[in-house]
Amino acid sequence: MNNVATLESAHDPAVSESTGILRLQGLITGLQGFIWAAYKMMRFLLLFSRQGKLRLQKWFTPLTDREKKKVIRDMMMLVLARPPRSCNFLQWRDLKIVYKRYASLYFCAGLEDKDNELLALEVLHRYVELLDKYFGNVCELDIIFNFEKAYFILDEFLMGGEILETSKLAVGVSMEEADTLQETMEEYMSKPAY
Amino acid sequence: MECVRMIASPRYSEKRVGYLGAMMLLDEKQDASLLITNSIKNDLSNSNQYIQSLALCTLACMGSAEMCRDLAPEIDRLLRASNSYIKKKAALCAVHIVRKVHDLGELFTKAARSLLTEKNHGVVHGAVVLITELCERNSETLERFRKTVPDLVQIMKGLVISGYSPDHDVAGISDPFLQVRILRLLRILGRNNEAASDAMNDLLAQVATNTDSTKTVGNAVLYETVLTVLDIKSESGLRVLAVNILGRFLLNNDRNIRYIAMTSLQKIVGTDHNAVQRHRGTIVDCLKDQDASVKRRALELSLALVSASNIRSMMKELLSFLSSCPPELRSQTASGIFNAAERYAPSQRWHIDTILHVLTTAGGDVRDETVPNLIQLITNTSELHCYTVHKLYRALLSDISQQPLVQVACWCIGEYGDLLLTGECQETEPVQVHRDYVLDVLETVLQSHMSSPSTRGFALTATMKLSTRITENVDIVSIYGSCIDVELQQRAVEYNALFKKYDHMRAAVLERMPVIEKNSQGHTNGETIKESQTVKVKPGEPQQPANQVQGDGKNSVRVTL
Repeated sequence: MNNVATLESAHDPAVSESTGILRLQGLITGLQGFIWAAYKMMRFLLLFSRQGKLRLQKWFTPLTDREKKKVIRDMMMLVLARPPRSCNFLQWRDLKIVYKRYASLYFCAGLEDKDNELLALEVLHRYVELLDKYFGNVCELDIIFNFEKAYFILDEFLMGGEILETSKLAVGVSMEEADTLQETMEEYMSKPAY
Repeated sequence: MECVRMIASPRYSEKRVGYLGAMMLLDEKQDASLLITNSIKNDLSNSNQYIQSLALCTLACMGSAEMCRDLAPEIDRLLRASNSYIKKKAALCAVHIVRKVHDLGELFTKAARSLLTEKNHGVVHGAVVLITELCERNSETLERFRKTVPDLVQIMKGLVISGYSPDHDVAGISDPFLQVRILRLLRILGRNNEAASDAMNDLLAQVATNTDSTKTVGNAVLYETVLTVLDIKSESGLRVLAVNILGRFLLNNDRNIRYIAMTSLQKIVGTDHNAVQRHRGTIVDCLKDQDASVKRRALELSLALVSASNIRSMMKELLSFLSSCPPELRSQTASGIFNAAERYAPSQRWHIDTILHVLTTAGGDVRDETVPNLIQLITNTSELHCYTVHKLYRALLSDISQQPLVQVACWCIGEYGDLLLTGECQETEPVQVHRDYVLDVLETVLQSHMSSPSTRGFALTATMKLSTRITENVDIVSIYGSCIDVELQQRAVEYNALFKKYDHMRAAVLERMPVIEKNSQGHTNGETIKESQTVKVKPGEPQQPANQVQGDGKNSVRVTL
């Protein structure tokens, strides 16, 4: 806990005026290993296939590219090695990892120590339901070719590591309206001027 | 850069993609993120709620502390907006701001309070998360928000009792996400506070009894309820109910449920020890589960449950677990067993037996200080010297690959080798061992490729000691005079010299070790200094008292010549 407190104060904007100090902070955080912000429900959400291809990554904490790659590698290694009917929870460093396999995709979330793992399973399930409703019988290809839609749906459901909207209907409605807005604008802009 | 350009574009589709790119590619550490601050500011005041929401989302995802400070007043304004879609997003954005810049929490307190009374579940959920965050950061705010406990209880009751609402329903439970969040907030508010805890007692009891536990959702809510009950100052009946629910979880077929039951029991094993002891049988059974996660939890919990009364049965289980457990858990199991044995050993002989058993099964995974600890234990139990040395000799005959075991065995044979030859021992069946066999065993250890240099050192010293106890003829020592390892070479040369030039002192130098006192790191130094002071090499030559061999607590006297 103390670690995190000193780091949060290290992020004080008054100090981080110059890029030089920013870089130094980056170096310090790099040296101290993985620095996680405190008290978030979810630290990250990853989707990857059985063959180890990453389909979606959402990070709720600031991490460097190297750190992100390390996390992805570790997660894939841990989760893909698990036998079929095993427990959905793992311990990794100081985080709880919750994963669930849906068809060919693994949904993997990293949680804080004091979070409810069973609820995280429900969150993953809810996200899959939302994807299913939007794409209609969703499969991995839908997510590969329409990954931006998958991200948009995720952004309507979760924000900053916390659940944003608990109603399936509401998420669906906002996605529809946003899509309509997008199309309307596009149609309007691309209408040939006679 | 492209992202920045797209975000600034007036077209919604471009904005959408631009913000997505910003969230994925930029983070707060990069300078480019500052450039989009202005765009975000403009978009926050846009008339279209979807554009506003894009900006809010991006801010919540990667907003740096500086950006947060700039835009906090805007967020506060949006919290009071009339649109519930924007309100819920603003609430979570505020959560992010509070996490990044703690002082700004004050700004949002009033707005958060009023949001609790909303109808929209999304807004209420956001408000609960915001209040949770504010309370965790600041104890004053916590005091102020204690007044909201009745409101929260009311909302929960509404959720639990209310009829079926298709919008928020998950497998029969009405909005479990909101329920869990409220329970967590109640936990924080009720901690260390009698009044608040009293207000929640009824509600918690109701939730605990009425929630359907056949599906994961129900169990998620029950789990959170149990955690809350155990954390606040609840009445004893409620606590018993909570522990019973955990007990029920333990018997569940679903591995996940068992896992979390053990995780929770681990938290309360310190305080409600007896309650957890009742479930010891089930927990020990979980040690045999196939799943690695469940095994790990069961191991930790079992080690915590070991007590003076159940030590024998628990140790049997733990030892059988050790022989079949996955390699990553071995060292944890071994050290756990040692700790437990040290605290609750019913008899010395049992203690030594247990340690020997661990060394034979998982010798490679024990910590380094196990060897000196065991040696110290053996010297302390003088009546079991004969038994111990017989057992170790037999272990050595069967297997010399486990280094800690071999080291201890060599040391013992060196010390008590004469007891091996006498053959009489009450504890185990007498076996007549010829002196040559003893020396053969030590020679095998010395020459085996499996022995590490430190083990060889042990064996060499043991052979030397035997020269006074069993037989006079020990010529193997001289072979190591030209060994590559400096340590061994030095020893061999010194011991050789002991034979040749200082033969008259050999008996005194290689006397039996005194009983070691286990008090501090330097204890062995003290003992061996005493010993070596009785040996004066030459008058006038500087005496170098016991050099710690290998830096650990091993007792072997090195006389520098």
